[in-house]
Amino acid sequence: MRSIIVVCMLFFSFAANATIDTYEFKDDANRERFQQLTNELRCPKCQNQNLAGSNSPIASDLRREIHRMVEEGKQDAEITDYMVTRYGEFVLYRPRMSASTWILWYGPFVLVAIGFAIVLLITRKRKRVNEKQDDSLNDADKTRLATLLDKGKAE
Amino acid sequence: MRRFILFIPLIIFVVMGALFWKGLGLNPTELPSALIDKPVPDFSLPALVDDTQRLTQNDLKGKPALLNVWATWCPTCKQEHAQLNKIAREEGVTIYGINYKDERGAAKEWLRRYRNPYVLNIFDEQGSLGLDLGVYGAPETYVLDANGVIRYKHVGAVDEKVWLKLQTILQQISTESQG
Repeated sequence: MRSIIVVCMLFFSFAANATIDTYEFKDDANRERFQQLTNELRCPKCQNQNLAGSNSPIASDLRREIHRMVEEGKQDAEITDYMVTRYGEFVLYRPRMSASTWILWYGPFVLVAIGFAIVLLITRKRKRVNEKQDDSLNDADKTRLATLLDKGKAE
Repeated sequence: MRRFILFIPLIIFVVMGALFWKGLGLNPTELPSALIDKPVPDFSLPALVDDTQRLTQNDLKGKPALLNVWATWCPTCKQEHAQLNKIAREEGVTIYGINYKDERGAAKEWLRRYRNPYVLNIFDEQGSLGLDLGVYGAPETYVLDANGVIRYKHVGAVDEKVWLKLQTILQQISTESQG
C-alpha cells in the first residue's frame, strides 16, 4: 500500500519557484496574496510559465509591480485589471467569464452531456432490439418442431 | 441516415485537421495588444540625448507616426535599425523612440554609430512606460495617429514586409483625418 502511494506521488510535481527575489511583506496575508497572484498570472514573454516561475526580466518587473500594489493594499481584482489592461486577457491563467470564454468554462460539461446522451441512446436502442427478439414459438412452429422431433425418434 | 452516420468520423477528422493545420501557421508569441485604439499612457520621462528635457505623451501628438521600442542589449533591434533609417530618411515618416531599460551612454553611442532615425527618444531607464504600454519584448513598434492614439502594434523586427503593412495603416490614418 505504501509503495503504491509513493508511486502515485511520483506523478505529481509542484511548480518550483525558480526565482530568488526577496520581498518583504507587511503580513502573511499579503505574502499569500502575492504568491497566489504571481502563480495565477502568466508571463507575457515566456508563455508557458507563470510570473512566479519565470526568470525573464519582464516577469521580474511585473513581480515588483505586483509586490508594490499588494503592499499598497490594492485588491486582487484591481491588480489583475492592471495586468489585463496592459497585456490583455491572455495573462490570466484562470480566464474570466465572458462571451468569448464561456466555451472554456462550459465546453467540457457540454461534451460530457453529449457523451451521456449518446450512451443513453445506444443502450435504449439495444434494449428495444432485445425486446423484439421473442424466443417463444407460435402454435404452427410448435407442431412443426414436435413432428420433427418425433421423426427423429422413429428413425 | 445510417450511411450518413458512418461519415461522421471522417467529417470530424477533416475539421480537426483543418483547425490544426491553421494552428501550425499561427505565431503563438504574438499577443493582441490590449491598448489598440487607446491613447499612449501618460508619462513624464527624460529625453535620451538631453537629460534636462522632459518628454510627455503630448510630445507624441501632431501627426501620424511610428513609436519604436528599442535597446542596445536587444540584437533584433540592431537588425531592424537599417530599415528604420530607411523609413525615416527615404519615406519621411516620423519615428519616435523609446529607449527601453538601457544605459544612456551606450544608447547615445549606438545612435552615433548607426545613425539616428528618431525625431526624439524617450529614456525609459526603469521600463515604467514600457510596462504601461504592455511591452514584453523589444523591439516593438506602434503606429500612432495624430492624436497619439495607438492604432497598431507590431512585436519583432520591422523588415520590408512589416513596413509595407505599417505603411498601409499610416496611409489609412492620414486619409481618415483628411476625410
